[in-house]
Amino acid sequence: MLLSEKKKEKMVITGNHAVAYAVKLSRVKVISAYPITPQTSIVEKLSEFVEKGELDASIIKVESEHSALAAVYGAAIAGARSFTATSSHGLLYMHEWVHWFSRARIPTVMAVVTRTIGPPWNIWPDHSDFIDQRDAGWIMSFAMDNQEVVDLVIQAFKIGEDPSVYLPVMIGLEGFILGGTAMPVELPFEEDVAKFLGERRQPYSVADSVVSVGNLTSPEDTELMQMDIQAAMERSKEIIRKVDEEYGRLFGRKYGGLTSCYRCEDAKYVAFTMGAWSGDAMEAVDILRNQGIDVGLVRIRYVRPFPSEEIKQALSSARMGIVFDRSISFGGYGQLFEDIASAIVNAREKATIVNVIAGLGGVNITAEDFANVLGKLISDFEEGKELSHKLWYHSGEVMKY
Amino acid sequence: MGNYKKYVLPGDAACPGCPIPIGLKVVSSATDGKAILVIPACCTSVVVGSAPKSSLNMPVVHVPFASAASVASGIREALLKRNKEDMSVIVWAGDGGTADIGMASLSGAAERNSDIIYIMYDNEAYMNTGIQRSSSTPEGAWTTTTPILGKTEQKKDVAKIMMSHNVPYVATASIAYPHDFYNKLTRALKIKGFRFIQLHSPCPVGWRFDASLTVDVAKAAVETGMWILYEYRDGKLEFSNPSKYLIEHNGFKPIEDYLKLQGRFSIIGRERIKELYAERDRNIEWFKKLL
Ligand SMILES: Cc1ncc(C[n+]2csc(CCOP(=O)(O)OP(=O)(O)O)c2C)c(N)n1
Ligand code: SF4
Repeated sequence: MLLSEKKKEKMVITGNHAVAYAVKLSRVKVISAYPITPQTSIVEKLSEFVEKGELDASIIKVESEHSALAAVYGAAIAGARSFTATSSHGLLYMHEWVHWFSRARIPTVMAVVTRTIGPPWNIWPDHSDFIDQRDAGWIMSFAMDNQEVVDLVIQAFKIGEDPSVYLPVMIGLEGFILGGTAMPVELPFEEDVAKFLGERRQPYSVADSVVSVGNLTSPEDTELMQMDIQAAMERSKEIIRKVDEEYGRLFGRKYGGLTSCYRCEDAKYVAFTMGAWSGDAMEAVDILRNQGIDVGLVRIRYVRPFPSEEIKQALSSARMGIVFDRSISFGGYGQLFEDIASAIVNAREKATIVNVIAGLGGVNITAEDFANVLGKLISDFEEGKELSHKLWYHSGEVMKY
Repeated sequence: MGNYKKYVLPGDAACPGCPIPIGLKVVSSATDGKAILVIPACCTSVVVGSAPKSSLNMPVVHVPFASAASVASGIREALLKRNKEDMSVIVWAGDGGTADIGMASLSGAAERNSDIIYIMYDNEAYMNTGIQRSSSTPEGAWTTTTPILGKTEQKKDVAKIMMSHNVPYVATASIAYPHDFYNKLTRALKIKGFRFIQLHSPCPVGWRFDASLTVDVAKAAVETGMWILYEYRDGKLEFSNPSKYLIEHNGFKPIEDYLKLQGRFSIIGRERIKELYAERDRNIEWFKKLL
C-alpha cells in the first residue's frame, strides 16, 4: 500500500501557493526564479519554505528570467530536480532558453502564471504568453482549479522524467483567477509523493560522466534529434494517460488524461475551452442542457502533445464544435482552433467548427456569456443560417474577426 | 604543469595560431580535468569540434550567448546538493559573451558570490561572427563594424568592474605567460566563491598578424604596458611579473612595438598614440592606489 493511512486535510490556498506546496512535496533541489506579477508569491513561498528549513533546496537568486531558466538548466543537467516559475514578459524574456532546454532533452518543471502581454501594461490574464511557447518542445498542461494545479505539478515531474519522454514540462494557471484566489485543496503526503515520483531520472548528467552537451553537429544529426523530440512527444501521450490513471488510483483524483470531458459523451454540440473559465463554461453547459440543448464541453488539459485523437473522437458524432480561445495568432486564428482544425482535417465525417476569441487582456467571461454565445451559435446553426468560423466575443456581442 | 594531453586532444577546429587551445591546455592541466566547462557562443564553440567528437576530454556544457554565469551557478548548486563538491565549475567565455551580452548574468553571479571560476578570454572583438567590435575592443582598432574610423570608444575594463563586486579573487593573465596563468588558476581553485580571470588572447585573424606571432603579440602587450598582469585578493592588489618588474623599473618598451605588430591599428595616427601613453600611465597610477 503506497498511501499513508493518515487522514488527509484540506487547506485553503491560492493557486500560486498550490504550486509552491507541490514543488515542496516533489522534493525539488534547485529553484531559480525572478519576480513578476502575478507569479511572485510562488517564489516568495518557496523562499519561506527553504529559510524555515522545511524544504532542502537551494534557491538561486538571479538577476533576470533569462538567467533563471539558465540556472535551472545548469542544475538539471548536473542531476538535480529543479523548478522555476514566471509569467508574461518574464516568459518572453526566457524564450531563448525555453527552446534550448527542451532541445537538450532535460526534464524540469516550470509554472506559468499567465498574464497578458504588453503594451499596454496589463496584469490580467489571458493565454497568449503561455501559447506563445507552443512550438518549443515542452510538454504543456493547463490547470482549471487549484487542486488540479497541485496534481499537475507533481505529475509533471513524473511525466517529464519518464525515460520514454525526457522533456521539460510547463504548467499554466491564470494569474489572479487561480494564482491569487484561495480555494480548498487537498495535499498528498510527502512520503507518498516521494514514492510516486521516485528518484530523479534524466538521460545524462555532466556531473556523472564526461559528456559534451550542445556542441556543433551535422545538419543530419540535428534533424535526427528533432525527430526524436517529436517521437518523444507522441510517446508522452500514453505516459500522460498512465500517470493520470495511476495518480487517480493512489491519490483519488483523475482527470481524463489529455482532455477532460463534461457531458460531452452524447453531445451534438461540443464547446472547447482551456483553463479556469472552463468552470464557467460547464455552468453554461448545465444551463443549456436544462433548456434541452445537447451540449457538452471538452476541456483541453494538454496543449503539447496536442490531444488530436480525443478531439477527433469528440467531434466524430457531433454536429458542431465551438472553440473558445483566450489568445490569438494575429493574422490567423485562435491557436486552439488551429490545432483542433488540424486534428480533424483527415476525419471522414467532419463537424462544422467555429472559433470564438474571447477574454483577451483579462476581460471577464461569465457562465452567462458562455451560455449566450453557445445558445446563439447553436440556434443559428439549427436554423441553417450561414455562420462565420471567425468570431470575436466582445462586450456582449459576437462579431467577425 | 599537469598533464593537459589527457584532456586537450590533438586535432581541433581552431585557426592556425589561435590562442584558445593554449588557454584551454592551461585550464585542463591546472584542474587536472576535474572541472565542468561552461561555454557560451564564441569561437570556442567551434574550436572544440563537432559532435559526436570533441577535442576536449572534459564535461562541456555549451550554452546560449547571454547566460554562461547563470548556467554555471545552477551546476554548482546541483553539485552541492548532490555532495559532488570536488568538481570545479569553470566558465570559459569570450569578451563579447562577458563584457556585452553576458554582463548582467556575470554581475548577478558575482553579486551572489556563486562558487565558480569565470575566465574571460579576451580577444578584443567578436571573432566567431567575423571580427565585429565588442565593448572590450580597444579604441582605434579596426573591426568590420568600425571599418573606416576604427573603434571610437574606450575598451571596457571588465576586471575593474569585477573588483567593484568585491569578489574574493580577480586576476589578469596572458596566453604569453602560461605559468603565471597556471599559478593564478591554481590559487583561484583553492578559494571559495566567485573568481574572475581575464586572459589576454591575441587572435591572428581578427588582429591581422601572422599566425606564428600569437605569443609574441601577447608578450608585446605586456612588455609595453598595454596589458598589466595583476592579482586582486581581499581588497589588495599585487602586480605580477613581468608587469611588476617593468612598472618598478619603468622598463616598458615603446607602445609602437605592440601596435606595429598588428594590422588592426594601422589606421591610428600620432595624436592617438600620444594619448595611449598617457592612458597607460594613468591606468598604472590607478592600480597603484590599490597596492
Ligand atoms: C543572442 C545571440 N546574439 C548573437 C549571437 C551571435 N554570436 C555568436 S558568437 C558571437 C560573438 C562572440 O564573441 P566573443 O564573445 O568575443 O567570443 P569570440 O568569438 O571572439 O571568441 C555572436 C555575436 C548569438 N549566438 N546569440
Ligand atoms: S578567429 Fe581568432 S580566436 Fe577565433 S578561432 Fe580563429 S584564431 Fe581563434
